[in-house]
Amino acid sequence: MIGSGTLAELSAALQHGETSSRALTEHCLARCRQLNPVYNCLISMDETAAYAQAERADRLLQVGQAGPLTGLPILHKDIFCSGRTTCGSRMLEHFVAPYEATVVRLLTAAGMVTLGKTNMDEFAMGSSTETSYFGPALNPWNSGCVPGGSSGGSAAAVACRMAPVATGSDTGGSIRQPAALCGVTGIKPTYGRISRHGMIAFASSLDQAGILSLDARDAALLLNALCGGDPQDSTALDRTAEDFGARLEAPLAGLRIGVPAEYGMDEPMAALMEDALQVFVEQGARRVDICLPQTALALAAYQVISSAECSSNLARFDGVRYGHRCNNPADIDSLYRRSRSEGFGRETRRRIMLGTFVLSAGYHDAFYVRAQKVRARILQDYTVAFAAADLILTPVTPGPAFALGTRLDDPVAMYLSDIYTVPVNLAGLPAIAAPAGFMNGLPIGLQLIGPHFSEALLLNAVHRYQLATDWHRQMPPEPD
Amino acid sequence: MAVLQATIGLEIHVQLTTRSKLFSTAANHPDAPNRNAAYVDQGLPGTLPVLNQEAVRLAVRLGLALGARVCRRSEFARKNYFYPDLPKGYQISQYDHPVLQGGALCIRDVQGQALQVTLERTHLEEDAGKSVHHQAYSAIDLNRAGTPLLEIVTEPCLHHAADAAACMRKLHALVRYLEVSTANMEQGELRCDANISVAAPGATRLGARTEIKNLNSFRFVERAIEYEFHRHTEILEAGGTVTRETRLYDSGQQQTRPMRSKETEADYRYFPDPDLPPLILSAEYIAAIQSTMPELPDARCSRYLEQYGLTPGEAETLVADRPLAEYFEAAAAVGDARTCAHWITGALTALLKRHTATLDECRIAPGKLGALVALIRRGVISGKVARQVLETMWDSGADAETIIAREGLTQLSDVQELETLVAQVLQECPEQVEQYRQGRTQVLAFLMGRIMQRSRGQANPARTSALLKQQLSA
Repeated sequence: MIGSGTLAELSAALQHGETSSRALTEHCLARCRQLNPVYNCLISMDETAAYAQAERADRLLQVGQAGPLTGLPILHKDIFCSGRTTCGSRMLEHFVAPYEATVVRLLTAAGMVTLGKTNMDEFAMGSSTETSYFGPALNPWNSGCVPGGSSGGSAAAVACRMAPVATGSDTGGSIRQPAALCGVTGIKPTYGRISRHGMIAFASSLDQAGILSLDARDAALLLNALCGGDPQDSTALDRTAEDFGARLEAPLAGLRIGVPAEYGMDEPMAALMEDALQVFVEQGARRVDICLPQTALALAAYQVISSAECSSNLARFDGVRYGHRCNNPADIDSLYRRSRSEGFGRETRRRIMLGTFVLSAGYHDAFYVRAQKVRARILQDYTVAFAAADLILTPVTPGPAFALGTRLDDPVAMYLSDIYTVPVNLAGLPAIAAPAGFMNGLPIGLQLIGPHFSEALLLNAVHRYQLATDWHRQMPPEPD
Repeated sequence: MAVLQATIGLEIHVQLTTRSKLFSTAANHPDAPNRNAAYVDQGLPGTLPVLNQEAVRLAVRLGLALGARVCRRSEFARKNYFYPDLPKGYQISQYDHPVLQGGALCIRDVQGQALQVTLERTHLEEDAGKSVHHQAYSAIDLNRAGTPLLEIVTEPCLHHAADAAACMRKLHALVRYLEVSTANMEQGELRCDANISVAAPGATRLGARTEIKNLNSFRFVERAIEYEFHRHTEILEAGGTVTRETRLYDSGQQQTRPMRSKETEADYRYFPDPDLPPLILSAEYIAAIQSTMPELPDARCSRYLEQYGLTPGEAETLVADRPLAEYFEAAAAVGDARTCAHWITGALTALLKRHTATLDECRIAPGKLGALVALIRRGVISGKVARQVLETMWDSGADAETIIAREGLTQLSDVQELETLVAQVLQECPEQVEQYRQGRTQVLAFLMGRIMQRSRGQANPARTSALLKQQLSA
């Protein structure tokens, strides 16, 4: 059970004294040591710190002062500041954060044991984890394929049970897409639900922390610990605390599931989505047809807005105060130019250039301002759709994981694979990805999108789906 | 060529007196290098700005005093550029939607006429850090990074360097009065950039504009603009054209010179800061600040003229310094207001200066100064003796009456005593008496001096003078 247990199961085992946090930690760390050389899911591991946290958790468990997360192991995406934090970049290869991200702090305070930090696309820019300075992470279902990205390390690590759960961040699909491609559950909450403090910014108005887990129940457990306002993040929303697990079992009778007319799919994806819809219908939900007419514009608007914000967010990496600095710069301009050229990879440089361009005088209105208008219309689309539907069902990706290296030189093809996930970020909505079948032996995922703050309903729907299916219980083969 | 006229607009930076920075919890004051630089101010990855509500309150307070429109919704924007002491690679400022729109400062122009200096806008922004250049390297101090500033942009409605300086003086007094800023100009807490262009009066097109950066004294504002006006005028009268550029004022050479020119015009790529929600101010919030506004300096000044009959000069001096005005009002409740004003702006101010003390450290309570003034008015002591008494009050902390009684300083007003004194002095100075009788009335002053000396300054001057003339012409 230890090897494949969900958080909920492991938590019960800990509370009943069937296992200890130290044993769990030992097991997970062994698995990390064994599998990381194969899948390259991790950038850092700190075993000493993990054991110290586990021992503290065991003491709490012994005296009956443990909470639901006490003693449970977790991996954090290397975008969250805590100890060595690289963001998948040479720029921060040796950066040690002097403070902890709110996400890490909250989960540590809840008693979780941090095993290490997961691999990711550089500064979260990518859909394959191939832009990581530390090399690509691989898909445990097929090590010739990408795990998706940018939270590819987290998704792959949970899929091959290095840890029962991992944190991620999602700017245009960076949690949901790798979750789908690795066959795990991934939730991106409403924008502002979880503090961004200490999560290294890619595109601030789109970035959202979230969870990659084995099922919806586990995601609910973590959201309970993570959601809420933060005096260190003005965009984190301070709402009354919610128990995301309370409604998990509620029946889906009468739930209206919207299917967008614009999302035409090829076989076999269309059939897989039809099957998924059928599961919900059997639970009492009904299908409604909806329209999201601005979908076609979403990718362009996303590229403009995310690049614009990234060009500004990444300006602080200038080689002056921390991070990579070139050797023997001739003057301040050469310090900037060389440090940034050496420290950032190709994709990151491409987006900085693009973002600088779309914000520059003469182009600002044609690109940035227009993209913001598209963004407002996309939100409007969803508002209309949610009058007719409670949730919207789409695939997460057009297809399963693609082979390593096949899209790295074709950025547009890479961007296009985000078509189902990107509009959600533009509208700041919550969405969840869950395993929904296989294509060519590789997992694919369904996506449910809900109105702002509908996480409890999303988790409820996916939990009911997972009670009726076992896609999420499938495990990738052990490596040779 | 017709007489040319300057058109001047100012961009004024006021450093707000808040406890912490505009977007971080670091202390907002100088210290050992980089001691007051929080992670946010250092631009560490993952850190986010959180707006200081006190800075907003001060902005609204100044806005209400300037008659500006306080915007119910304003927005922060990023101004992007690379500079080693700009830790994030952008400055958080306000662009399309500033917190204050319009307003005006009323000044007295070079002709002594009232002049409304209209304001375009006022916005909140953070300051950058400081680069300290050494021979082999440069050091960066981020203590100033994130310091809250208000940038006030005037309309180009000024035409004289002196008016620009008057505008700065007026604002200096106002921000100090409102306790919005300590406005110490030597520390750069109040500074301005001046934009100037020169053309014939009434010309439809203004001349090319130059901008003089970072003027941090009233005198520099006036001299720099004056210099620049003459420089433009000379170029234009010689048939040349002025280059649009940014210049620095060299106070040693008393001239402006071009700053290192950048190859291209800076493109700051402004866009709304996604880390900060729009700043929404409710009508109730603004009303609550309005209700805490003190009587404003201009209103107070008018009241001093009407209620106390002060001269405009005295009224302005008192009001320019709010604690001084409050001191005056407390003193005027005890002694005659006009005499109090005279003593406060004169002897007391001199005394403070001599002891390099602020009004806070003044050892003479306003009530005691009022009592001293009352004694002068009643003729108990002369003005001259009062000055000594004031000194003793400072040194001993005792009140005027105690000192006068203890030192026997009561003014000598008794006619018989005075007559004896005058007679004695005349007897001692037969030469001067003779000269007076020959028509050299200047010796009167000499004789008065002798009498005052003999009386240790206690002789009532008016009565003594009358008696002296009487005896001389007897």
